[in-house]
Amino acid sequence: MIIHTPTTEAQACAIVKSVIDSRVPLSIRGGGTRAGLGRPAQAASTLSSAGLTGITLYEPSEMVIAARAGTPLAEVQQTLASQGQMLPFEPMDHRALYGSEGEPTIGAVAACNISGSRRINAGAARDSLIGVRLVNGRGEMIKSGGRVMKNVTGLDLVKLVSGSHGTLGFLTEVTFRVLPKPERIATLQWRGLSDEVGVALLAKALGSPFEPMAAAHLPAGIAGPEALTLLRLENFSASIDYRGGELALLLGDYGVPDRLEGEAIAALWRSIRDAAIFAGSREAVWRLSLKPYDAPPAVAAIKRALPAARCFYDWGGGLVWLGIPGVGDAGAAVIRAVIQSLGGHATLVRAPDALRTAVGVFQPLAGPLMRLTAGIKTSFDPAGIFEPGRMYAGI
Amino acid sequence: MSAIAFPVPDAGILARRDAIVAGLSGLVPPASLITSADERRPYETDALTAYRRMPLAVVLPETTQQVAAVLRYCRDAGVPVVPRGAGTSLAGGAIPQEDAVVVGVSKLNRIREIDYANRIARVEAGVTNLAVTGAVSAEGFFYAPDPSSQLACSIGGNIGMNSGGAHCLKYGVTTNNVLGVTLVTLDGEIVEIGGGHLDSPGYDLLGLINGSEGQLGIVTEAVVRILRAAEGARPVLFGFPTSEQAGAAVAAIIGAGIIPVAMEFMDKPAIEICEAFAHAGYPMDVEALLIIEVEGSDTEMDAQLARIVAIAREHGVSTVKESKSAMEAAAIWKGRKSAFGATGRIADYICMDGTIPTGQLPYVLKRMAEIVKGYGLRVANVFHAGDGNLHPLILYNCNDPVEAQKAEDAGMDILKLCVEVGGCLTGEHGVGIEKRDLMTFQFNEADLAQQMRVRAVFDPGWLLNPAKVFPLEGRVAA
Repeated sequence: MIIHTPTTEAQACAIVKSVIDSRVPLSIRGGGTRAGLGRPAQAASTLSSAGLTGITLYEPSEMVIAARAGTPLAEVQQTLASQGQMLPFEPMDHRALYGSEGEPTIGAVAACNISGSRRINAGAARDSLIGVRLVNGRGEMIKSGGRVMKNVTGLDLVKLVSGSHGTLGFLTEVTFRVLPKPERIATLQWRGLSDEVGVALLAKALGSPFEPMAAAHLPAGIAGPEALTLLRLENFSASIDYRGGELALLLGDYGVPDRLEGEAIAALWRSIRDAAIFAGSREAVWRLSLKPYDAPPAVAAIKRALPAARCFYDWGGGLVWLGIPGVGDAGAAVIRAVIQSLGGHATLVRAPDALRTAVGVFQPLAGPLMRLTAGIKTSFDPAGIFEPGRMYAGI
Repeated sequence: MSAIAFPVPDAGILARRDAIVAGLSGLVPPASLITSADERRPYETDALTAYRRMPLAVVLPETTQQVAAVLRYCRDAGVPVVPRGAGTSLAGGAIPQEDAVVVGVSKLNRIREIDYANRIARVEAGVTNLAVTGAVSAEGFFYAPDPSSQLACSIGGNIGMNSGGAHCLKYGVTTNNVLGVTLVTLDGEIVEIGGGHLDSPGYDLLGLINGSEGQLGIVTEAVVRILRAAEGARPVLFGFPTSEQAGAAVAAIIGAGIIPVAMEFMDKPAIEICEAFAHAGYPMDVEALLIIEVEGSDTEMDAQLARIVAIAREHGVSTVKESKSAMEAAAIWKGRKSAFGATGRIADYICMDGTIPTGQLPYVLKRMAEIVKGYGLRVANVFHAGDGNLHPLILYNCNDPVEAQKAEDAGMDILKLCVEVGGCLTGEHGVGIEKRDLMTFQFNEADLAQQMRVRAVFDPGWLLNPAKVFPLEGRVAA
């Protein structure tokens, strides 16, 4: 295994050019903490962003930060925190789920479109990513977007690259818009609700003017013996008091909520963000994206066929994390059939390599979408160098 | 004006016009096919009225299937297609060419589904921006992107240009508020991208389609995010003795961790023009005006405004005027949103749309004034201060070809300035034909070639809106 660690963009271009003719595939690596995400790629060599580090631009008053792709996410977050700011989309940390070590990088957050619980209100990583620089499969340096948050100049390749899992190119630098950290964070917590009722509560809250920033439902057995239904408010201190009170009134039919602040509830939100509930287990882990109201019936249908499944809901119900005993196809046929009937998608986030290769990781694409996807892959990477097969067979 | 080149019409296509019209007539109802010169004339331009070309024919399909049939026919016949929403593009994005068929979505105007529980609406592409909000406002919801043309502009056009508006500082632009589209490709395939759920797997085609200026296919339906409106909203006017102080106040507000839902800037010429039109009560004795809007309960708005006012005072604000009623609030926004129309009453104008890093604001305002003065013209500035999206309106007389050329040259100089200071050519209006030839200032050959290769995946023969976005020379196929 050869590991290339360029320290300049020019070196990265030269490395890619050097393998085009031989078509030696390259695996792309940031901190290596999310290597289990996607189909196992078949690559003899690795192109690492470890030599491309450092924050290149930070203008707090313009709410923008740029960093080289290999910059540790923690460094970006600490720099932002020093000015009272943060990444808007609360990126998930995959280390608990995968049992991986190392430091997640900002480049991987962009490349894999990694978001967390705030996604439902503040958008995904792709919504805050405003600029990229990358080496395409021809060994050319390409830029798209920039450092300003309103920019419609030309095709939005930034979005295409975000969530492409390294299959379109090697990111060298990424630029994000950022937000001020809230003055205060508080959580309202209801106990003992069923999945249907919990999701209905979250929907009512999200359809209110009180702007919950995160909304999750944890069925009984996920975080203690009772089901927990959680709404997180982030705002100025006086607004937290006011909005918490209004929401408790609006949702009075569901019981009187606990009001929680501090480290314990923050830790629970982190474990929701990171799906840490499944840390250390041998289950296969799926991530389902649905319309919120479709989620409880989808889970019920899956559990009828796979009674050992356990799950919890984020994004007001629109995101379901599902653990299934990792035997057979890990529930792939059942889950995909349920999703097919409702609309949405399912991603096999954690499973042994052989299983991820066999059943695929991402929801299969319809014929026309697959043709466009293959065309886009070729338009960036004609020789098929980057992460072959990471997303779909051949992509 | 004739500075922007159009491709030479394909004589072979022009010669086949009768056959092409006959072919199209079998695909759509008679009322959906417009062929007479008089009826085609409204389609020969959009809001960039200095340029116009009479299209070969205009088709207004009533269904997605008809759009598919028309696109397949045009592909087979090798006829260019110019997609059209409501024709409000300021960048010439919907201006046709003589050898092209215009495919308009104005008859696709149904709201198909409103789903409050999941906070989404499915609408056809010809539904106007404001009609989406209108359909859900009784339940207290709204559709967030709010371009100034929202009364007329269509969702399909908004997706084509990735439109913004005054409130995107908090709520984002079109691409952040569209969850799914039905796209008809040039091959006549109907492709569902995204839907009521979030973050579809595979490449983010939804993100690619938004802002693709009708070059990848025609969007016939969209699933959009609807949001619950805040309890209240209050725009407040802040007048400053200088533009620099206004700009510094904007930076300080953001620096204090406050994100107002909107922060709009107007300079003195713009204030005078808008006040004369809207009687919004704008202060006339200031050099720069900020409209800052806050949201929430009355108490919350009071608290947030107190902080903003304190910051504004530190930066020398000379007038603070709160709207005391819904009517006053509406008048404040009417003045701002009619800025382009009001300007049109006193002079012809071209509207620029560059974005700059907000820290560059004082320098760019000064340089813009110098540039325009250098051409012997006047400029009025209206822009989205929170995100640095400028809208200088360069005033000129369109009956004077020399002055018209000067106005266009001044605009191009301003856009180059935006790129030089780290910004971009267009923040929300799109490239269209207007900024096509400036793309090489923002992008190098490799950047543009990569975009064009992606484009070619959808349209290898350059039939969809072909004269737009990319310079006419040096085009790249698949």
